[in-house]
Amino acid sequence: MGLLDARISNRNVLVTSVDNVMNWARLSSLWPMGFGLACCAIEMMATNASNYDLERFGIFPRSSPRQSDLMIVAGTVTMKMAERVVTLYEQMPEPRYVLSMGSCSNCGGPYWNHGYHVLKGVDRVIPVDVYVPGCPPRPEALIGGLMKIQELVRMEGLGVTRQEALKKLAEKSADPQQVIEQTRKATA
Amino acid sequence: MDNGMEEAGNIMPAAVQESKAAYDIIKERFGSAVSEFDANPTMPFFEVVDTSKWVDIALFMRDDSRLKFNYMACLSGVDYPEQNQLGIVCNLESIGHHTHRIAVKVKCQRDGGSIPSVSCVWHTANWHEREAYDMYGMTFDGHPDHRRILCPEDWTGYPLRKDYQVQETYHGIKVPY
Ligand code: SF4
Repeated sequence: MGLLDARISNRNVLVTSVDNVMNWARLSSLWPMGFGLACCAIEMMATNASNYDLERFGIFPRSSPRQSDLMIVAGTVTMKMAERVVTLYEQMPEPRYVLSMGSCSNCGGPYWNHGYHVLKGVDRVIPVDVYVPGCPPRPEALIGGLMKIQELVRMEGLGVTRQEALKKLAEKSADPQQVIEQTRKATA
Repeated sequence: MDNGMEEAGNIMPAAVQESKAAYDIIKERFGSAVSEFDANPTMPFFEVVDTSKWVDIALFMRDDSRLKFNYMACLSGVDYPEQNQLGIVCNLESIGHHTHRIAVKVKCQRDGGSIPSVSCVWHTANWHEREAYDMYGMTFDGHPDHRRILCPEDWTGYPLRKDYQVQETYHGIKVPY
């Protein structure tokens, strides 16, 4: 349940936990680092632009890893870039999140076999929280991944480790097929 | 293309005839340093047999008023494992002077072979030769900046060789899938 869904009494007093307020603030202003690596980055830029308008979720790219909460690894990670990605990741302040966007950064994508120069999955060098499949994923899919990051933030709290939060998130994961069918039924 | 040059000459497309005319000028000047003309209809070419003459031939091709090959359109690397050789193919054109074009092949030994650099003749060759070195491993004598251009500098092996095997790890990161 989101913070704004909570009942606000007629004296405009809101009673909630510190965790809840903190998480609400953090998930409503996820700032990704503005960097893209290949074709997927084009799709990420499209998601940032006015048609899909990520800013309505409080998400807008920052030019410095020091100001970023989230790294969207959008595209092909070459061996040369891998070490720079690690440096950028280490420069981000904690708590930080990583979204791996597209087949390339998930597992090497089209270059999994003959791409000698491609890192076969960015999770070989940095921990990834959410994977978005696709080559490239549509903006809707990326937004879906970002929603997952927001859910993950919601799972966190004082004394809850990232591992535990990820586990909680996995346990309450929805079956996408069911969601699709529900939506189809609703719109039919 | 050596079965009946006259017959081949009759059916040679006009573009190939132009290349042949340019080739004849080069052949006249350098004799046995260059191979016979190959009237390949896609891209006519000849090979530099005496590779030590390659820079002289390049300068002549660029500067002679009848040739004026002032534009290097491409320089590619080739691996010939059967002949135990590596090579380059240079596509040359003459912009603003003539309409002819021709390809030049230069080959060297597969292991430790070297080819004279023509980056002083066509600046385009600078990066292209670095790329050929990066991918095939031949060296270019006299190149002003002889480094890998795409792979990391401490990469092992030359990826476009036919027998290339990717290295297991790079800086502790596993490379194969
Ligand atoms: S996953 Fe596909 S679209 Fe994305 S960077 Fe790789 S090749 Fe490009």
